[in-house]
Amino acid sequence: MNRVDHTFLSSSGIVIVLLLIGPFLPQWLLFLITVSFGKGLVVLGLLLLMRTGLVSFGQGLYYCLGAYTVGALGMALNLNDAFLTLLLGGLAAALLSFILGFLMAGYRGIFFAMLSMAFSMILYGLLVKTALLGSTDGFNVHVPTFLGMAVAGSWVRYAVYALACVVALGVALGLNRYTQTSLGRLSPAIKDNELRVEYMGASVRRAIHIKYVIAATLAGLGGSLTALTVGHIDPELAYWTTSGEFVFITILGGTGNVLAPFLGALIFESIRSFAYEYSPNTWQMVLGAALLLVIIFLPSGLWSVFKTRPKGA
Amino acid sequence: MSDLLTVLVDGILYSSWLFVIAVGLTLIYGVMKILNMAHGSLYALGAYMAASLAGQWLSKGYAPLGSYAMLTLAAVIVGLVMGPLIERGLLRVMYGKDETLLLIATFALFLILEDVIKLIWGVDPFFISEPYGLLGSIDFAGLSYPAYNLILISVSLTTGIGLIYVLQYTIKGKLLLAVIHDQEMSQAMGIKVNRFYMTTFTVGAMLAAIGGAFTAPTVSVVPGMGVEVIVLAFAVVVIGGLGSLPGAALGALIVGLVRSAAVHYLPEIELFSIYLVMALVLILKPQGLFSTVEARKI
Repeated sequence: MNRVDHTFLSSSGIVIVLLLIGPFLPQWLLFLITVSFGKGLVVLGLLLLMRTGLVSFGQGLYYCLGAYTVGALGMALNLNDAFLTLLLGGLAAALLSFILGFLMAGYRGIFFAMLSMAFSMILYGLLVKTALLGSTDGFNVHVPTFLGMAVAGSWVRYAVYALACVVALGVALGLNRYTQTSLGRLSPAIKDNELRVEYMGASVRRAIHIKYVIAATLAGLGGSLTALTVGHIDPELAYWTTSGEFVFITILGGTGNVLAPFLGALIFESIRSFAYEYSPNTWQMVLGAALLLVIIFLPSGLWSVFKTRPKGA
Repeated sequence: MSDLLTVLVDGILYSSWLFVIAVGLTLIYGVMKILNMAHGSLYALGAYMAASLAGQWLSKGYAPLGSYAMLTLAAVIVGLVMGPLIERGLLRVMYGKDETLLLIATFALFLILEDVIKLIWGVDPFFISEPYGLLGSIDFAGLSYPAYNLILISVSLTTGIGLIYVLQYTIKGKLLLAVIHDQEMSQAMGIKVNRFYMTTFTVGAMLAAIGGAFTAPTVSVVPGMGVEVIVLAFAVVVIGGLGSLPGAALGALIVGLVRSAAVHYLPEIELFSIYLVMALVLILKPQGLFSTVEARKI
């Protein structure tokens, strides 16, 4: 029980501080944090899957779907409300994942990774050839409004940033609660031994289906947030390297705590921004080396560095 | 009718290319149970090395036909250097860990190699088109095809037949089959499993590099050329069944024909069609078309 309060207090505290100092932060930092939180949401979903023993190399599918939902709503219906489009972006991902989930729930290990990758590459292949949605170039997303109100130009970035902080907090706490429920506790059990879970009377298929939908919804939300803050979307969002990035961040942060994905995403984006700035031809190498070091020396991710008390599971 | 023939010929040409890039991947998976995401980078390394060596060869004014030997030499060098380096340096510390963790480790390797290539060769494209035009062209069914395609086909056939010969008819190959079948038991029988792993990975890397080296004359060699190849190779081996040689051949043929048909009849679905087939095969026959029933080990 102690740990729940700990996560609740620290994350709420962090978000309140972030909201307060936001207006004083430079625009690039607001952007960096917003993008990181968007990716953090996707990674949070991956964390859920990974705790269940599943690795998806295709979260880009839902990330891209969320982003394109936001963009298309603005383009086709001139619907630019940040809250509404965010919600619909998540919903679109939830809907598609509910359908695909019937299939995905039957796959494990490398086949789960491959099938999810195939689905995201199908979306990529479709978008690349869809002239209406800008083909390979993608298109620009309208500047969002907030509950029908237009926000003054310089404050748009802060507004999306604040939205990202609040959504990230809500989702992280919700997921933290979820891991305490009986369904949530099935995750490590399924990872350890599926057969025993079935013998105990729980449906592994159903549990995985639900987790898959949750993960996809989070990816949809993350993609929507990214579209809102970046202001431009292209099919690259569904490419397999994007999905690989998410797996990367999951490993980097570790799967021990719901805050780890956000820490991982922040570190990842920072390394990338700075490495890209100072040595544009070696930033991938820096990232790759970091990933290898984490896999070999910190198998529970960077989060394990901060943990003082040893914990089961 | 001639339309259909064009589709077939294009499809077969594309298939033979696909087979070369995918067969190394399936070999490595079959023996070591590693799905190597860095396979595309090894392919790119082969292409760059080939462009450098063949470029040197031609600029020195030696016999142009020798450039084909240079392409092969490039692939052999890349395989012999990178194979043992990666297997000894990285994979060896990872054996026994989860399959998906190994997948992620090779993803890290992919990121590193992409930049290693940029550091060595820079970001400017390389062109080495002489070997491509050297043999002239052949007329077939009313269309003219570069004769270089024959070389691609023969490389593809040679690797396929060579691998089957080694696996089925040589002692080493039979030992390798034993390792695939039961690694622990074969170790107990005195087979040096570690050495087989290293050799397999080296051969797999070499095959990726051969794919790259012989593709180099037909394209511009640019950074990131391996990124697309890796998903294509995945599609091929997944369709055929991971770890199966005939499967890789069948997968290459299916992907090749589907793509060539799509290009001719419905260009909009070209890219998408390949992954659709991959998804369909995974849905209908998850273990791939050439799968064997795997007994569950307790």
